[in-house]
Amino acid sequence: MEISVIEFHLDAKSGLSPYLQLVQQVRHALRLGMLREGDQLPTVKEVVAQLAINANTVLKAYRELEHEGLVAARPGVGTFVTATLTDTSLAAHGPLRLELRRWLAKARRAGLDDESIEALFMTTFRTAAEEDIA
Amino acid sequence: MTSVLEAHGLGKRYGRRWALRECSIDIPAGHVVGLVGPNGAGKTTLLKLASGQLEPTTGGITVLGGRPAGGRAQLAKVGFVAQDTPVYAGLSVADHLRLGARLNLRWDAAMARERIARLGLAPAQRAGKLSGGQRAQLALTLGLAKRPELLILDEPVASLDPLARREFMQGLMEATVEHEFSVVLSSHLVSDLERVCDFLIVIVDSRVQVAGETDKLLATHYRLTGPRRDPDRLPADQHVISASHTERQSTYVIRTDAPIHDPAWTVTGLSLEDLVLAYMDRRTVENRRVALEVRR
Repeated sequence: MEISVIEFHLDAKSGLSPYLQLVQQVRHALRLGMLREGDQLPTVKEVVAQLAINANTVLKAYRELEHEGLVAARPGVGTFVTATLTDTSLAAHGPLRLELRRWLAKARRAGLDDESIEALFMTTFRTAAEEDIA
Repeated sequence: MTSVLEAHGLGKRYGRRWALRECSIDIPAGHVVGLVGPNGAGKTTLLKLASGQLEPTTGGITVLGGRPAGGRAQLAKVGFVAQDTPVYAGLSVADHLRLGARLNLRWDAAMARERIARLGLAPAQRAGKLSGGQRAQLALTLGLAKRPELLILDEPVASLDPLARREFMQGLMEATVEHEFSVVLSSHLVSDLERVCDFLIVIVDSRVQVAGETDKLLATHYRLTGPRRDPDRLPADQHVISASHTERQSTYVIRTDAPIHDPAWTVTGLSLEDLVLAYMDRRTVENRRVALEVRR
C-alpha cells in the first residue's frame, strides 16, 4: 500500500461539519504546497479506519473537491490531486494582508475592541456572501 | 433500493407498560443508523423486535424484506451484538471462532482469523480473561464474520473506555467500507454516534420522536432567538421542537423545510447533540406553553 501524503484529523469543537473539515484540510494542504498535482489522497477506507467516521462523509468531501476541480477519482485506484492552489492566490495574500492591517488599525482608532471587530467582519462577510448568492 | 427495516404501528407491551408504541419508520439500506435515547426509552426493545428475539404486541416489522427470525435465510442475513458485547467467559477466543463457524451459514473464517491476529488476541486465551475492549472486539469479530446484510449492535461501546470506544468504532467503520452492509447501533450518548451515523432515530418515552438522514435533519432544524413570542404566532410550517422563554426573550428549536425570513429572529444551526437534546426536552414544551398562557 502506498503511503499517503497527508493525514486527516477532526476537531470536534470547530463547529464545522466533519465533511467540510476534510475539504478544508485538502485545500489547506494544496495552498501550502503539501499536496501537489498527481498526489494520491488517502483512500476512503484509510480515512474511515483512522478517524472512525462514516464512509459517506469521506465520499461527500471527495465529491465536493472533485466538483471544485481540485481532485479526480480514478475508479478502483483512488483519488488524485489534479490542480494546485499555490500559484495565483498566494501572490495576492501580501497586498490583501497589508490592506487588512490598515483597516484593523483604523477600526481600533475608532474605538472598536477585538470582539466588535470580529463581529463586524463576520456580519459583513456573511451579508456579502448572501448578496452574492442572491 | 429495498428497506433495511420497515415498521408500521409497531408496539410492544410488557404487562401494562408499553416499552415501544406506534413506531412507524422506514430505513433505506446502506446506512449506518444511530438509535439514540435515554436509558429505558425503548431502544433495546426495538432492536430485539428487529432481530426477532421479541414478538410485537401491535403492528408489524419487516427486516430486509422478511419477517425477523423467520427461517434460516433470515437469521443468516441479520447479525446481533447484544448489550455490553457479551462473550462466553469459559470459552477461548478460538472456541468462539469455531462456534461461529458451526452456527453461521456464511461464516468468513479467513476474515475472523485475520481480525483476531490484527487485534493481537491469543487464540488460546479465555474470553473471561480479556479486557473489556478486547471482549467487545471479539464480539464484533463474530458479528462481522457472520457476514450479515444488517448488523445490529445494542449499546456496544457503553462500558468501554475512550480508547477502546474509538478502536471499536474504527473497526466497525472500516468493515462497512470493505463489506457493504447496513448497521443499526444504539447509544444513550450522541457523541458516540455523531461521526459514524448518517441516519438517526431519536426515541424518547417509548416513542420515536424523529428519524431521518443526519444531513437532512441538520439542514431542517434551527434555533431561533429573539423577542418573546407565543408559539401560536409562529408560521404554520415551523414545527416547534422545544421552547424556552424569559420575561423578554424566546428561544425555539424548530423544524422547517422553508427558509426563515423573519428579521426579529437570530437564526443558528444546531449540532446533532443539540438537536437530540431538543427532542428529549420536548415534553417541557407543553408545560411551558401553559406557563406562558398563565402569565399573559
